[in-house]
Amino acid sequence: MTSMPKSRSAGSPTVPEGWEAVMGFEIHVQLSTETKMFCSCPVSFGDQPNTNVCPLCLGYPGTLPAVNERVLEYATKIALALNCEIAPYTIFHRKNYFYPDLPKGYQISQHDLPLGMGGHLDVELEDGTVHRVGITRVHMEDDAAKLVHAGGVEGRIAGADYSMVDFNRSGTPLVEIVSEPDIFAPEQARAFLTQLRNLLEQLDVSDLNMEEGSLRCDANVSMHRPGTPFGIRTELKNMNSFRFLQRGLEAEIQRQADVLERGEEVVQETVHFDPSSGKVSVLRSKGEAHDYRYFPDPDLVPIQLDVAYVEKVRAALPELPAARKERYMRDFGLPAYDAGVLSANRWLALYFERVAGLVEDAKLSANWVMGDFSGYLNAAGLEVEDASIGPETLAELLQLLKEGTLSSKMAKDVFVLMVETGESAKTIVAERGMGQISDTATLEAMVAELVAAHPGPAEEFRQGREKVLGFFVGKIMKETKGQANPQLLNDLLRKALQP
Amino acid sequence: MISREEVEHMARLARLRLEETEVESLQDELSRVMEYVGCLRELDLAGVPVTVNAVNVSNIFRPDDEGPCLSREEVFANAPAVERGHFLVPRIG
Repeated sequence: MTSMPKSRSAGSPTVPEGWEAVMGFEIHVQLSTETKMFCSCPVSFGDQPNTNVCPLCLGYPGTLPAVNERVLEYATKIALALNCEIAPYTIFHRKNYFYPDLPKGYQISQHDLPLGMGGHLDVELEDGTVHRVGITRVHMEDDAAKLVHAGGVEGRIAGADYSMVDFNRSGTPLVEIVSEPDIFAPEQARAFLTQLRNLLEQLDVSDLNMEEGSLRCDANVSMHRPGTPFGIRTELKNMNSFRFLQRGLEAEIQRQADVLERGEEVVQETVHFDPSSGKVSVLRSKGEAHDYRYFPDPDLVPIQLDVAYVEKVRAALPELPAARKERYMRDFGLPAYDAGVLSANRWLALYFERVAGLVEDAKLSANWVMGDFSGYLNAAGLEVEDASIGPETLAELLQLLKEGTLSSKMAKDVFVLMVETGESAKTIVAERGMGQISDTATLEAMVAELVAAHPGPAEEFRQGREKVLGFFVGKIMKETKGQANPQLLNDLLRKALQP
Repeated sequence: MISREEVEHMARLARLRLEETEVESLQDELSRVMEYVGCLRELDLAGVPVTVNAVNVSNIFRPDDEGPCLSREEVFANAPAVERGHFLVPRIG
């Protein structure tokens, strides 16, 4: 009897024992170009409906698409950052279907000759191990218009009386990233997507805003017994946050496990996760298999990329999170955890480097950027780039801490005041007399006076009763309202109390 | 011969509702079209690359520069129904 192979989902708290869950992703990234993919209408979010449209993105006959050169550049950047091979010859196909958001009757996409193939992303998991996720392909396509369903339950297609179409989004450039089915747990999925987003963020090619739809994730999920063929998969559609996506995957895995445990079969269909109920429901049955009748778009000519073009784009790639993390560990001597946190977000990384450069103390800067500064961002619901406390402002505070004007405790208080008042650290310290007494002469005089006034305790200390030092420290702290530099005070007291 | 099922499948994809008699006549018409195009099979085309474009050019791009859009008036000139700045379409079922 052979033992059952180990499940690659083993260790995941959310995959039922004895099962292996398999997930693959399709990620749509809306590119932040000025104009649309095939016409010169502006790309924008939130404008009045149907104001950024022309005959081409309305699908009128007789129009002729021309590829936006920046779309190609951004797509190539993404493909290279995901370690794909760039196709020397790539073409566009028409993907044909009828829907009111698609006026041409087809989406211009890529089929068997996509821009990038055979890439990977190395994902760092929570236990510190690296899990490689294959990237099947990276291709370019245009987005459909936006539908607003009216009547019935507002916003839902089911029961709607009619629908309204806004073509502003029609023709917006998208890059689709397709992963291999290399993900075996919802926690891995979240790590993969978070790190993919971090990577894309460094490239500066998209707003990556899930709520506004500039980053969309669809997941394929199936379950099987380890060592047996893959199960029938379902598609979990268009989640608007990674947290919901993870919860949706957990719910779908549980649902499929229940179905299979009952001896029934999973039906290939699209499922929808409702975050309020925590349940998945079937969105629509794929009763009839899609038949997109792909064929090469005769309106568009092939793209032939030479090595020089690809290398030029590659050379312009910014430092990516993995490389940045390495550098922080090597050059700044930061621990792996700190380096990982700071390098993951492009803006946080830039902020940290600026602070560390000014303060000339990487560890101190890292602690503050990850600690009080990030805490303030979270509490205020701000992004790094919107913070009112700029890197120079934080660096000024850390300088005061570094030179001993402020204790750690005081610096934390000053930081809170900086956030509240918008004043600089120096101003707050000066105005409120919050500075720490680090002046040796001042403290020395106070110590001498105190020791002279208490000969008894002083003698006890000289006899070896270390604890008496606390008595003197307490007296001085009381007198200075806690502003004496503790280290300096300690040194001065020991000196004064020497036999 | 194009089968009845094939005609019905194509009609569904094209969102066309066909009468019974139309299905039959289309079976016949489409079969003849296929037969006509099928004469290409007489040629030995092994090794001939697929022709996507009649013109032998590649890499036609445009700069990422904004151009004029249509006015709302022009946009809705051919719209059967408009509501709140949107094209109105029947319920999607």
